[in-house]
Amino acid sequence: MLTRIFGVALGAGCAAGLALALLQAMFTTPLILQAEVFETASHAQPLVQHAVAGEDEARLWLAHSGAAHDEDGGHGFLDSIFGDWAPEDGLERTAYTALSSVLVGFGYALMLLSVMLLGAKKLDASSGLLWGIGGFAAVSLAPALGLPPELPGSAAADLLARQTWWLGTAAATGLGLWLIASRENAGLKVSGLLLLIAPHLIGAPHPHEYASRVPAELQGHFVAASLVLSAVFWALLGSLTGWLWQRGEGR
Amino acid sequence: MPSAVSSQSLTSRAALLPTLIFTALFGAFLVYGAGFAHSNVLHNAAHDSRHALGFPCH
Repeated sequence: MLTRIFGVALGAGCAAGLALALLQAMFTTPLILQAEVFETASHAQPLVQHAVAGEDEARLWLAHSGAAHDEDGGHGFLDSIFGDWAPEDGLERTAYTALSSVLVGFGYALMLLSVMLLGAKKLDASSGLLWGIGGFAAVSLAPALGLPPELPGSAAADLLARQTWWLGTAAATGLGLWLIASRENAGLKVSGLLLLIAPHLIGAPHPHEYASRVPAELQGHFVAASLVLSAVFWALLGSLTGWLWQRGEGR
Repeated sequence: MPSAVSSQSLTSRAALLPTLIFTALFGAFLVYGAGFAHSNVLHNAAHDSRHALGFPCH
């Protein structure tokens, strides 16, 4: 059983992850590279950055500079081996983006398949698609309402606070959707609805000031592209997981 | 009415629970490593994917 779960998740995760990597190369990575030009320009003017950092916890991001991340948890075991390594722009960076997409795909497929095996009435491509849409709502749509996907160079609140809110929102939305979809009891359905709403009443951590030099048009385009990519990724991941599982059923 | 088939599948689901908890946690570990870990190296390698998937980054 364990081998079968890992096999199906690996197959669906690789396919959806590779599709995601291709879509990233076409739609989001060009926007990230464009934003990094503005990001580097804004870093060259430390006055702006200090003014922001002094006001509240907001910080300017600087990807691929290494130094900017020292405060984010210090140097762990991996960092003591690899130092401030970052992939070279170009093929190497694309390869690592593809690798991380596949890993995320594999990981999400394992989680999705586990909950489907626990709760789904049947497992095939079409039910998988529905569960995949649920996954998309839980880890993309709901968190995006409070923390829209961001380009490098934006000001943002403390990383840990945002990650905590993100994880809480994803978990609450997933559980809420499951309660609404699978429980007959009206009280449980209402608690599911409350779970969907609660994270947004609590509110996501935000900086008090906007300091991005990245044009808003670029940011807007990126948010749309990111959500579309996510939707395609989850639709593929869910339906492939269901389909591959059903294919193995007769054996 | 709940048939023998569905009650049997309920039993097998309960028996599967430890396996499913393990696979779900393993999946969460992978997503955490690629999307959340603060390590510089993991961050830099997964940077573009983190942004594209809307994980809080930086």
